[in-house]
Amino acid sequence: MTSNTQKIAWNAFSDAMAVAGSIGGIILGLVFALAGRDDMIKFHGWLFAAACSVACLILLMRMFDDEENVDDTGYFDGPVRVATVATIFWGVVGFLVGDIIAWQLAFPVLNLDLPWTSFGRLRPLHTSGVVFAFGGNALIATSLYVVQRTCRARMVGRWSPWFLVWGYQLFIVLAATGYILGVTQSKEYAEPEWYVDIWLTLVWVVYLLVFMGTLMRRKEPHIYVANWFFLSFIVTVAMLHLVNNAALPVSFLGSKSYIIYSGVQDAMTQWWYGHNAVGFFLTAGFLGMMYYFVPKRAERPVYSYRLSIVHFWSIIFLYIWAGPHHLHYTALPDWAQTLGMTFSIMLWMPSWGGMINGLMTLSGAWDKLRTDPVIRMLVVSVAFYGMSTFEGPLMSVKAVNSLSHYTDWTIGHVHSGALGWVGFVSFGAVYCLVPWLWGRKGLYSMKLVEWHFWVSTLGILLYITSMWVSGILQGLMWRAYDQLGFLEYSFVETVEAMHPFYVIRAVGGLMFVVGSLLMAWNLWKTVYGEEPADLRDQPRVAAAPEFRESPAMARPAAAE
Amino acid sequence: MDYETMVVITQSLALLFFVALFILVLGYVFWPGNKAKFERASRLPFEQGGTNQKREV
Repeated sequence: MTSNTQKIAWNAFSDAMAVAGSIGGIILGLVFALAGRDDMIKFHGWLFAAACSVACLILLMRMFDDEENVDDTGYFDGPVRVATVATIFWGVVGFLVGDIIAWQLAFPVLNLDLPWTSFGRLRPLHTSGVVFAFGGNALIATSLYVVQRTCRARMVGRWSPWFLVWGYQLFIVLAATGYILGVTQSKEYAEPEWYVDIWLTLVWVVYLLVFMGTLMRRKEPHIYVANWFFLSFIVTVAMLHLVNNAALPVSFLGSKSYIIYSGVQDAMTQWWYGHNAVGFFLTAGFLGMMYYFVPKRAERPVYSYRLSIVHFWSIIFLYIWAGPHHLHYTALPDWAQTLGMTFSIMLWMPSWGGMINGLMTLSGAWDKLRTDPVIRMLVVSVAFYGMSTFEGPLMSVKAVNSLSHYTDWTIGHVHSGALGWVGFVSFGAVYCLVPWLWGRKGLYSMKLVEWHFWVSTLGILLYITSMWVSGILQGLMWRAYDQLGFLEYSFVETVEAMHPFYVIRAVGGLMFVVGSLLMAWNLWKTVYGEEPADLRDQPRVAAAPEFRESPAMARPAAAE
Repeated sequence: MDYETMVVITQSLALLFFVALFILVLGYVFWPGNKAKFERASRLPFEQGGTNQKREV
């Protein structure tokens, strides 16, 4: 039997498995839809069955395609394109919902007195929308792109990468619709109920297998450092998700479940999860992005490859212990609080090592900051990474935390990391990826990138400065006593004092949304093959590989 | 064994473990034989060309 017939047999097998899986999904969805104990799970059952039916139809149509002309030796970029478009789409949605709830805080009447539009339901929609939908898709897109290029290997799997990207979108839709309808297990950043958690687990295992399988196919003996960060992100998020979401459903046909932990153990598990979601989802994964896209865009190798290895190992071994700093002055034992604080302070070193490594990659090519707004976006993201990883350890110190905790300072800190670091590094990566993936000579408009950069940067600055003032004001008002030992201010007075800063924050957020709309418009035009308006202003690396004039000019190897 | 003793033992062992791990990482990073490997690895993003898969017929 030749390898070709083996391949045909193998493809037929995998097609059959995929169809069987989608039919199984339809049946499962119908069981929930017809026998579900509450309206929410019935609705999700219909949704799941509908998604699986669409998948099944597409699979059946594709099975009868002519396979002879399909090139399956090059890079497998279809799923990467889907995840890239999803990044842009969910980004705009997530930022918009965030800005709506920012206006709700300033003007509570905007809650509309409806359950579905209240702050409590829209807030998880915003956080999951930006972290998991926008950030998650950005990570899936870049990790699958980078692992193929740095291993010089085609991504493994025939249907599994498609299952990964579309299954992940289904997870987002199930979670988001659930929040609006009131389905939540009320764990911050882990709100989806048990059945959505199980679905995400399945999708995530496929992600791990696809990523690992591609690594194992590599020709290059060494695994490039970006892939180490991506892999640690995938593995750790799997572990966090499984432990934190351990729950018992009231009924296997109902949406409600109860977490198996209680009291302070539950709180500790939640913040072990919560902080490592920051550490491994929002940091390690995006550092992987930094270690590929900053060198690639600057066309110079990373400043120090050795430093990147020290960065990797020290950050993953320190981050995992920092969670207890979310529970200062609570029922958590004092030693655990101190442990969390100590490890948070130690994190300064690897974080700044990584920041220096990213920034210094530009050494000798600083002029690119002036000429290329995409690299400026990437570099400013690294600067924000440095700033928020300086602020974080500071806020984890118990004395500082006694002022900052539960105030808007925390919100400002999170957003300097989320908008500045995660947002900008993803925008930079997506601006690189779109022309590369769709084979374009460049972006539609570099001028629009310039506008996106400045509008969003000013928006972030308004956001974080207003939250600093608001947060510190709030903290100081809470702890003010009069000469008789009574509290100086009632709670509602502190809320009133914050109003102007809430308005400023909402304006800053609006600017960030406007920036993201400029990006969506620009990339839409790029994908549709519009001739670039300012091609002469774009660096050669903006073009897809087939349109670049000369081979990459990187620092000569071992010049000394 | 009482709680205090257990805390001292586990914390000391953890300290030793982390320091040893860090030294191992530094050893790997600065090992002279690895210099060329890292130099080459840092240029991986610039490798041109497609995948290593050949279409078998």
